[in-house]
Amino acid sequence: MENLTRNFICILCPNSCEITASFNNDGILRNIDGFSCQKGAEYVQQEIYNPRRNIATSVKVTGGELPLVSVRLTKAIPKEKIFEVMTEIKKVTLQAPVSLGDVIISNVLGLGADVIATKDVPRI
Amino acid sequence: MVKKDVLIIGGGPAGLAAAVKLKKLGVESILILERENHLGGILRQCIHDGFGLTRFKEALSGPEYAARFVAEVQAMDIAYETSTTVLEITADKKVTAVSQKGLQEYQAKAIILTTGCRERTRGAISIPGTRPAGVYTAGVAQAYVNLKNIMVGKRIIILGSGDIGLIMARRMTLEGAKVEAVLEILPYPSGLPRNIEQCLNDYNIPLFLSHTVTDIKGKARLEGVTVSQVDEQFKPIPGTERDYACDTLILSVGLIPENELALMAGVELDSRTKGAIVDENYQTNIEGIFAAGNALHVHDLVDYVSLEAENLAEAVAEYLRQGSLPPCPILIETDSLIGYTVPQKISGLKDFQLSLRVKKPFQNCSIQISQNGELLKAKKMRKALPAEMIQIKVIKSDFLTNEIANLRISVANS
Repeated sequence: MENLTRNFICILCPNSCEITASFNNDGILRNIDGFSCQKGAEYVQQEIYNPRRNIATSVKVTGGELPLVSVRLTKAIPKEKIFEVMTEIKKVTLQAPVSLGDVIISNVLGLGADVIATKDVPRI
Repeated sequence: MVKKDVLIIGGGPAGLAAAVKLKKLGVESILILERENHLGGILRQCIHDGFGLTRFKEALSGPEYAARFVAEVQAMDIAYETSTTVLEITADKKVTAVSQKGLQEYQAKAIILTTGCRERTRGAISIPGTRPAGVYTAGVAQAYVNLKNIMVGKRIIILGSGDIGLIMARRMTLEGAKVEAVLEILPYPSGLPRNIEQCLNDYNIPLFLSHTVTDIKGKARLEGVTVSQVDEQFKPIPGTERDYACDTLILSVGLIPENELALMAGVELDSRTKGAIVDENYQTNIEGIFAAGNALHVHDLVDYVSLEAENLAEAVAEYLRQGSLPPCPILIETDSLIGYTVPQKISGLKDFQLSLRVKKPFQNCSIQISQNGELLKAKKMRKALPAEMIQIKVIKSDFLTNEIANLRISVANS
C-alpha cells in the first residue's frame, strides 16, 4: 500500500514548521506530523480543505498627509478570492482623516472579513 | 546646549522600545531624535502582517506594531523631535542635529544608537551592464508603492531572496505586476521559509537558487536582464545564460547596519555584523554609547528588536544609576560555522541573551557553548538556518568558574 503524504510549511509564525500530512488510499487524512503547536495542525487541515490567507494592501486617500492608507483584513479569506478582494479594495477612495482601526469595507464580498485601516492618516 | 540623560538616535522599533522601557525604569530625561517626519521607522512601509506574534500574540501589520509603541511614547510624555537629522556624535556624548529649527546641540550622559540599517545596492554587488531607470532596492520599491502610491513597474525580476524581496514579490503581484522570477545566488534561500511559501509559492513565482543577474540591458528604461547559473564559488557558468524581458529589477541583496555616526564617535565595528562590538549591556567600546536593533545586527523579526532594545534600556538605566558598568573581559569566540554572535564580550557576572546565526543550513544540530574546553550548555535544534537568528538565554550559573576564560560557541551535528 502506497503511503500518500503532502508536505507543508506553516506560515503562521516564524518557526515555519515543516509539517507532513499523510492520507490513506481514499485520500482521507490520516495523520498530521511535525507541528510544534496546535495552530500548526489546524493550519494544515485548513490548507488541505480550504486554504485561506490574510492580505495587506493600501487604499487611496485624498486630503491626507499621505496619499495612501495601509489596510488589512480582520481575518483570512479563501485563497482563490484574493484578487477579487483586491479589486474591491481598489474601488475605494477615502477622505482624510483616516484612523487606525477604521473599517474601510465591512464584510468584503460577504466573506466575513472586514478591511481595516492599519495606520492614521491625518488631514493636512 | 540642551542637556539630557539619554539621547536616542532613531525613532524606529528599537528606539521606541528603548525609550518606553527607560521611562518605565524611572529615567525621566529622554529625547528621541528621528530623521523622518513620523516615528515608526521602516515599519511604516511594512504594511504586510505577521509582526508581533511573539510580543502581542497576534499578527499585526508593521504600522500597527509601531503605533502601539508610539502610543506608549505619547502617553508617557516621552520627548521626541521628528524631521531632525543627527549630523555628529562625539565620544564625550555631544550630539549635533539639524532641523527646521536650525542647528541643535545636546549633551547626553548616554547615547543609544538605534539608527537601523541600509540596503545593499547594485554598486555593492557590481552587476555589469547599462544604467537604466527601473533598478530599485526592495525597500525603495516598497516605499514607492506603500507610502507614495507610485507603481515601480509591470514586469519584474527580483534578485535576492531576502525577506523584503519576497514580501515585494507578493506585493507587486497583488498590485497587478507580473513577477517573472526570484533569483538567489546562494544554494539556499535567504528569507524565512514561511515567506517563500506565502509570497512565492502562493502566487506560482519561481525561485531559482544558485542564479544571479549577469547583465542589465536598456537605455532610458530597463529592457531586460541576463540571468546565469553560478558554481560553488558564485562564478557564472558559461552557457547557462537566459534572457528575461522586464522593466524592473528589484534588489534584495542584503542589509548593512547604519553606523556612520557611531564611527564618528570612535565606536569599533564587528566586520561580521557590520554593527558595533558590544558587551552584554549593549555598550560599545565607547563608554555610555549603546546600540541595539538593526544598527547593531540585522534582525529577521521586529519582536526581537524590541526585546533587545528593552534589555539595552535596563543596562542604560543601570549605567545612569552607577555611573559605569562592570568591565567585560570575557570574549565570545565562534567556530567557523557560526556567522556571528551578539554580544561579543561579557562580564561573566550576570545572565545575558546570546544572539547568533549559523553560516549554512543545518538539520538536527546543537549549538554548544563551552569554556576552557568544557561544555557549559547545548541547545538542540531540529533545523538551523542562516535566515533565522538563534537566541539563547545564558544564565550565570552556566559558567564554570569566575575566572576569565573566553566562551566558545560552536555548532555540531547530532
